[in-house]
Amino acid sequence: MSAAEEVVGEGHEAVEAVPKRAMTLGTGTSLLVLAVLLIVPVFVKNFIIFQMTMLLIYGLAVLALNILTGGSGQFSLGQSAFYAVGAYTSAVLMEHANINYALTIPISATVCFGFGYLFGKPALRLSGVYLALATFALATAMPQLLKLNFLEHWTGGVQGLVVTKPDAPFGLPMSQDMWLYYFTLIVTLAIYIFSVNLLRSRSGRAFMAIRDNEIAASSMGVNVALYKTLAFGVSAGITGVAGSLGAIAVQFVAPDSYTITLAISLFLGMVVGGVGWLPGSFVGAAFIIFVPNMAESISKGLSGAVFGVLLFLVIYLVPHGARQIAIMGQQLAGKIKRN
Amino acid sequence: MELFTNQVLAGIATGAIYACMALAVVMIYQAIDHLNFAQGEMAMFSTFISWQLMQWGVSYWAAFIITLAFSFVAGIAIERILFKPLAKAPVLTNVAGFIALFAIINSSAGLIWDFTIKQYPTPFGSSPFLGSQLISTHQAGMIGVTVLLLLGLYFFFQYTRIGLAMRAAASVPESARLVGINTSWMIALGWGMATAIGSIAGMLIAPVVFLEPNMMGGVLIYGFAAAVLGGLSSPFGAVVGGFLVGVFENLAGTYIPGVGNELKLPIALALIISVLVVKPAGLFGRQIVKRV
Repeated sequence: MSAAEEVVGEGHEAVEAVPKRAMTLGTGTSLLVLAVLLIVPVFVKNFIIFQMTMLLIYGLAVLALNILTGGSGQFSLGQSAFYAVGAYTSAVLMEHANINYALTIPISATVCFGFGYLFGKPALRLSGVYLALATFALATAMPQLLKLNFLEHWTGGVQGLVVTKPDAPFGLPMSQDMWLYYFTLIVTLAIYIFSVNLLRSRSGRAFMAIRDNEIAASSMGVNVALYKTLAFGVSAGITGVAGSLGAIAVQFVAPDSYTITLAISLFLGMVVGGVGWLPGSFVGAAFIIFVPNMAESISKGLSGAVFGVLLFLVIYLVPHGARQIAIMGQQLAGKIKRN
Repeated sequence: MELFTNQVLAGIATGAIYACMALAVVMIYQAIDHLNFAQGEMAMFSTFISWQLMQWGVSYWAAFIITLAFSFVAGIAIERILFKPLAKAPVLTNVAGFIALFAIINSSAGLIWDFTIKQYPTPFGSSPFLGSQLISTHQAGMIGVTVLLLLGLYFFFQYTRIGLAMRAAASVPESARLVGINTSWMIALGWGMATAIGSIAGMLIAPVVFLEPNMMGGVLIYGFAAAVLGGLSSPFGAVVGGFLVGVFENLAGTYIPGVGNELKLPIALALIISVLVVKPAGLFGRQIVKRV
């Protein structure tokens, strides 16, 4: 683990430092993964395609959290709130204003960016557990706010809204599920590439400087307040896109789908995938989608306990998440090459 | 005016619960620098143990003492077995560990004792306190126990060798090790004490919220909020924070139109965040000076 040494900053927001090269997969591996993602849906059933779509969507949401925590060192338990705002933005625009589903996505990204940016402003003064509590408050408040009476005309109150699933455009011979999968894949790819470049850019380096040592960063001339709120905004914007896609895929939005449990799942996804390692977001998403189902099939009554034990196993064996496995794999490959 | 005093007193009574929980949260935060998300579930499990003992015919106070001892040992065991190996892991990995522990305890309690709501006895009785209609003797008892607990902890940390050693281990572990303090066991001891305090909170709350595996969910959130409001480095602050949160929650529910029961929690949390924005270390917390 020499490449991923840990930086224990002041306070409690100790996040591992991410060396630039270890942030993504190599070109070869990336292309291989992309090819698998492109080809597999042709051969599997609609239900599996749906699950793969959800995997990409949750992966995006975990990626967003990863930019915030792994990138700028801020911790959030409130991602479910941004996810909900994104989902509702899309649902309301599609059902009340008849706007095309594809157009609602940039709109909800913008709305969520603004929302996250505004939330990041007062949160500037908080860090560590205090920030965790503030974001947690946001997550617990969101379902209640969505149920408020005067919004009911738009949000459908407790009942929620039903969203129509889009057909494939241009008369493409595809099922709705498959089209939605490829649509999600395109959006995910675009955002993934954007995120990688963002973290490698000047702004990304500013994020990481703040994560590693806020005071040192500010004395180097980094505008700490600006970049911290910006990180919140970008993270919220991406989470909002995930929320929009989620609403279209599930065809339904309701306040109780976006509780604190969702925020906790996303957090677990980030830890399992490896904090700060972007491809890990999708491994983490697979964990939070499939492991609860697996636990349920092992024991119905004890599914929570089985899930907990599995989670413990993962963090014992690989405390740095899937990224640790990737690094070990890389080292192994290097050794084989040398011999 | 009568409504106002009523609500304030009721708030103080529920505040005592939050104060107790906050005290447990601060205890463990002092020892390990983490918020233990499974604290509420641990308290719930202890409360179930005491209930089971009483079902088997053990008297209330005997069950109380046995449960305290059990919780203390269980807390130490959890630290030794589950969290000691994670001591060097990243902070967020530890948080994931707490969430895993939460899931395990919640699910096992549900399997052992199922999810039906159970009555839990009170040692103080539920008649009105001193003839007033405002609070019951149980609520008065809760306030009394919390205050006693706080005093006990104060004396323990201020005037005993082991209390001093624990404080030293928490504030400067390296130097504490140099003067011969076994810091690793001090952390375990912190876990044991926090678990025991949590079990007291659980046993005091159970007559009010009834006993079931999810009983601590809301209470723990308020406990966190109270601890953060009062300052995570101050047990005294945690208790004051608990009472403040209790009172404010009740007043907001009564006087702010449209709040009612549903929005009580978000409003209470919003207040706390506003306080934190002004005083980031909490009301009684120490401001830590940072060095580059």
